[in-house]
Amino acid sequence: MRRISRITVAGAATASLALALSACGGTSTSAGSSDSKGDKGLAIAYDVGGKGDQSFNDAAYAGLEQAKKEFGYQTADVEPTEGETDADKEQRLASLAKQGYNPVIGVGYAYAAAIKGASEKFPDTTFGIVDDATINSKNVADLVFSEEQASYLAGVAAAKSTKSNVVGFVGGVDIPLIHKFQAGFEQGVKDTNPKVKVLSQYLTQTAEEGGFSSPDKGKTAAEGQIEKKADVVYAAAGLSGQGVIEAAAANKVWAIGVDSDQYQQEALAKYKDSILTSAMKDVAKAVYNLAKSVEDGKPETGIVRGDLKTGEVSLSNSNPKFADDAELQEAIKTAKEKIISGEIKVKSS
Amino acid sequence: MKKFDKERVLLAVAGPVIALAVAFVLSAIVLIASGKSPVEPFALMFEQLSFSDIQVLIINQASMYYIAALAVAIGFRMNLFNIGVDGQYQLGAMMAAIVGAHMNLPAALQIPLLLLTAVLTGAFWSGIAGVLKVTRGVSEVVATIMLNAIATSVIAYLWLPDVFGVKVGNNNTTGEMYESGWIPGIPMGAAGEIYGLVLLAVLLGIGYWVVLNRTRFGFDLRASGASQTAAAASGVDPKRMVLSAMLISGGIAGLAGLPILLGDTHTYSLNFPTGIGFLGIGIALLGRNSPVGIAFAALLWAWLDKASPELDFHGYDKEIAVIMQGLIVLSVVVSYEAVREWGLRRQQRRVGAELAAGHVLGAQNTKEVAGR
Repeated sequence: MRRISRITVAGAATASLALALSACGGTSTSAGSSDSKGDKGLAIAYDVGGKGDQSFNDAAYAGLEQAKKEFGYQTADVEPTEGETDADKEQRLASLAKQGYNPVIGVGYAYAAAIKGASEKFPDTTFGIVDDATINSKNVADLVFSEEQASYLAGVAAAKSTKSNVVGFVGGVDIPLIHKFQAGFEQGVKDTNPKVKVLSQYLTQTAEEGGFSSPDKGKTAAEGQIEKKADVVYAAAGLSGQGVIEAAAANKVWAIGVDSDQYQQEALAKYKDSILTSAMKDVAKAVYNLAKSVEDGKPETGIVRGDLKTGEVSLSNSNPKFADDAELQEAIKTAKEKIISGEIKVKSS
Repeated sequence: MKKFDKERVLLAVAGPVIALAVAFVLSAIVLIASGKSPVEPFALMFEQLSFSDIQVLIINQASMYYIAALAVAIGFRMNLFNIGVDGQYQLGAMMAAIVGAHMNLPAALQIPLLLLTAVLTGAFWSGIAGVLKVTRGVSEVVATIMLNAIATSVIAYLWLPDVFGVKVGNNNTTGEMYESGWIPGIPMGAAGEIYGLVLLAVLLGIGYWVVLNRTRFGFDLRASGASQTAAAASGVDPKRMVLSAMLISGGIAGLAGLPILLGDTHTYSLNFPTGIGFLGIGIALLGRNSPVGIAFAALLWAWLDKASPELDFHGYDKEIAVIMQGLIVLSVVVSYEAVREWGLRRQQRRVGAELAAGHVLGAQNTKEVAGR
């Protein structure tokens, strides 16, 4: 009776699914003591790439380390899994809040929906989100940066340093966040010297394809631009930027780093003489500041923007050849003042 | 007459059970090798299973895995390897999101329209590979992998602000869909909501079983999968079968992203889960292409996914779950082959014994027990 047995199996499967549908037990975030008093410190949840990307996530970690040392409390940092949904992210944040961490920071705009959900569930915990300004809630601080302003200055530096009148921009992934770097850089170049041509290129269309994590892709792209006579290349490409810097060093042209001061990074020490400057975005400071505001009992809320004025975005001065070039420094200083005073409006896309 | 073919059930269950046991043991060895308790991580993960919010997460995730795995399985039954499920479901979901954001019909029309959009998009995308295979003999493996890459670029193009993209903060989206296209979930109180389209996954599973086992088409499909030449000799047009199998596989794949799209996100953004199509391959393999097996495999996979983040809070690495998923796939391949050979040998021995005893071959049930 093959027929019956098959139908029995199908029925059993349906029944077991139906059984599974009637979820039972308490929720993981309500189990145990439900009062989520902030007896622990800062927690951060990383974006794709996680710890060790030499750039964005590591900067957040640096902020966490500083807060940990200063306030002497317990901290946590957790990594995402590949292909996870908003619900998983929310679960992670809620779990951190439940354990008493305060504030809880999602690193990267991908956490937007999750922060919204978790902040509603835990109204007494302060949440932070880096690179997103869409969440409007009493207990959420939106930590955003005017990356285009630092990129504008990078453009000024590039236009002043180029001899071939061709400069390159390498973006990691073709997404709005990176468009800000490109827009600022191009505007900075054009405002300084309209004759300079900017070659712009994105490594991949999506982060999954490795645009932020493939030095080989960055290297190929930069080599292509150098072949087309570019003698300054600016990389806004996370880990892939290392490849750009490597290619620049090999061809004796300038590279401009991003996010952290890449001149001082150990992993890049070999190439540092080719790193003109870096367009820095001080995620560490933003993370630390939020932790401090919570510690002081006056948590930040709403949009907290880091720009040239607050010093959270800037150009690094650690390469002596760059720092000692008086004409270059003068041009950058003027541009910076004009941006701060509002005389120059830097486009963000 | 036997109600239940014990031999058959034993062979069907032995493969996955052995594979799981081996995977558990090997993961435990990995844990011991890294100087950690081999038991506690599993205890923690089982504990997660008792929380209702984790249960909801598991079921929601499993519904997407299940649909993707069915899409892969239907190809497998026909000896076609549709690696393109990943691109097909992403493109299907995106097109559904775009239609949902620009058309506003009553829900009774809107939802079928969205489902149809996703099915047609997925089928169209896999159909390209199907047409290439039947007309030019291009391997569907190569074609679908390439189509995955192209799908990513198409998605990036559709995200452009002057095409269908809507920028929200630093995220690319396709704009919020009209509410008539939202599918209400099954509320579970504080635990969240189960996506309404979980039911679609169940229906697809039943449909898959009915079509494969109770229709002429399903028979032709399985016959072509078992031996294309034999099927052709008995009047099955192999090209037509390849093309229709690819189209159906892609059509189902197109639906894989809809549970979360219509049930939760209501827009196709950079956050949309990726990689479900690839996971579906492993899940279809583990589930032995059977609708029930795949259901268990999908739930198992989802459980490993959803329970493992908790490990981070207890000093273990959640990658243990990823190691385990990898080990399961590896041991599945080995153990299925071993069990199949064991079954064949048993069968041969039985036939031999019966022949020796003078029985007429065929009087007893000697049907193929080690079906794929």
